[in-house]
Amino acid sequence: MQTLSKVWLLCVLLFMSSYASANLTIEITRGSDQALPIGIVPFEGGENLPEDVAQIIHDNLERSGYFSPLERSAMFDRPSQADDVEFGTWRSLDVRYLVVGRAQQSGDGYQLQFELMDISGQRRMIGETVTANANNLRAAAHYISDQIFEEITDIRGAFSTRIAYVTARGLGDNMQFGLYVADADGRNSREVLTSDQPIMSPAWSPDGGKLAYVSFETERPAIYIQDVSTGQRVQATSFQGINGAPAWSPDGRRIAMSLSKDGQPEIYILDIANRSVERITQNSSIDTEPAWAPDGRSLLFTSDRSGGPQIYEYSLANGEAKRVTFTGNYNARGRYSPDGEQIFLIHRSSRGYQVARQDRDGGRLVVLSESTRDESPSVAPNGTMVIFATQQGGSGVLSAVSADGRSSFRLPAAQGEVRDPAWSPFLN
Amino acid sequence: MQLKPLARSLAVALSIVVIAGCSSTGGTQDGDAHGSQTGSTTGTGTSGAGTGQYGSTTGLGTGSGVGAGQQADSRIPEVRTIHFDFDRDTIKSEYESVVMAHARYLRANPNSRVVLHGHTDERGTREYNMALGERRANAVQRFLNIQGVSPSQMSVVSYGEERPVASGQSESAYAQNRRVVFNY
Repeated sequence: MQTLSKVWLLCVLLFMSSYASANLTIEITRGSDQALPIGIVPFEGGENLPEDVAQIIHDNLERSGYFSPLERSAMFDRPSQADDVEFGTWRSLDVRYLVVGRAQQSGDGYQLQFELMDISGQRRMIGETVTANANNLRAAAHYISDQIFEEITDIRGAFSTRIAYVTARGLGDNMQFGLYVADADGRNSREVLTSDQPIMSPAWSPDGGKLAYVSFETERPAIYIQDVSTGQRVQATSFQGINGAPAWSPDGRRIAMSLSKDGQPEIYILDIANRSVERITQNSSIDTEPAWAPDGRSLLFTSDRSGGPQIYEYSLANGEAKRVTFTGNYNARGRYSPDGEQIFLIHRSSRGYQVARQDRDGGRLVVLSESTRDESPSVAPNGTMVIFATQQGGSGVLSAVSADGRSSFRLPAAQGEVRDPAWSPFLN
Repeated sequence: MQLKPLARSLAVALSIVVIAGCSSTGGTQDGDAHGSQTGSTTGTGTSGAGTGQYGSTTGLGTGSGVGAGQQADSRIPEVRTIHFDFDRDTIKSEYESVVMAHARYLRANPNSRVVLHGHTDERGTREYNMALGERRANAVQRFLNIQGVSPSQMSVVSYGEERPVASGQSESAYAQNRRVVFNY
């Protein structure tokens, strides 16, 4: 009996410890020299909350690359509301914007009151009272971050979004794979699926409710569609050969994918409702990694029809594919910016495989990342950042770079490899 | 006496939990995933030999190979992995004898089936590598077919860069990972 209870205890301990380590942490790797100086004053009463709301806002704004938050140690004044803000004090600290606020217990939850001040304009920009409970305090902090970000930059904040990613451990035939969903800051990670066979290429439905992904759990690749909140799922395709690279259409009714059932990998479009697949590309080369344009009228895909992999754009209107990338001999896995004007991709440079950006209609290709083993770029729904997988110290980590290349951060996992990130659409 | 097997099965359950990465999500979506795990975890742990943890591919020679006094062509060839150059799917001359041995075995054993697993190194994008892995396995399948092996005995699964056997960013690790494996 004693052995038994020890085993149980060990079970419980293992559960607890690994839950904590499933989260990703953030390291800022490059700060933008054009970041706006902002002060986020610790909320009055914030010490009674289970989360440091002002710190979460600080981290969010800093990570975006648009802001350079003032360190707390430099704040010798800590106002909690607009009326108490001494503009001269903050101007002398070279702060352009200031966030003040307070937290109060109310019933079972909390009331968070924040105000955003324009220091140089000496005015209050916005303010709001947000209610939250212990379980969604972080979400409330992300919401406040979104409001601040949009008010100052005129760009919708993406702090309340999520990322899906794949983890892997082990080698060869003894591997474990996991599909996880976490908040955009790497916290609150939740398991979607685990398997001892590969899991790949998660893709969010446009409403953010479902993930399509590739799983080898039947010993061959098949594409599944899984509801993120209920866990319910269906096998969408399991043709002979490759079933890969699922990409949702903007209307959520179709999924573009790569299938090799008729020979080499070609792009097909699955109609989710009636399960029919329509072949899009007709070619004796590899065609894979489709991505839908935001207007739904065209698809990017990778093809080696010219020799090495290059990115092509297929027009659904006329069925023609035209080559988009011409710089270097390896460009793959293109993804549109949310406005459809630019594409993000993996480019093989003299240094290695790097995240790059190019105008959709051609033009100069700009390398954005400094790392050289990059894969799987995925664009934030507001277009400000690109998350991707890369290597750090021999292990797979997630990294993100701003769309202009000026700032970047990394999200290493406590253990194992992390890869294949997919940034969710806006969720509210 | 009764406790022992119970404790052992708990330990197995525990090892599954450990391997699974100990997620804390309880009920909802785990059904399929955990089902497939229990099936294979017991297999992988014991038979370190490797590939084919699931029932469909028969026990990797452990069963068929031990019988003494068998003819050479009635035994699955021992070398079951061949390697490729970077960005290439051509079978190197040094591996032709390996593929020929598999061709002889498959011709001599028409009821035997092989799944050709194609793999790449980690460089480049994952889905493009999936296509390159398939190209390698297809090249071996074509070769076997030319040697008279029936297409009905062969199938191809590409794993791309998803199942490396060697870790690290060295050329030797990359070379080990660029391979096609014969799975019977």
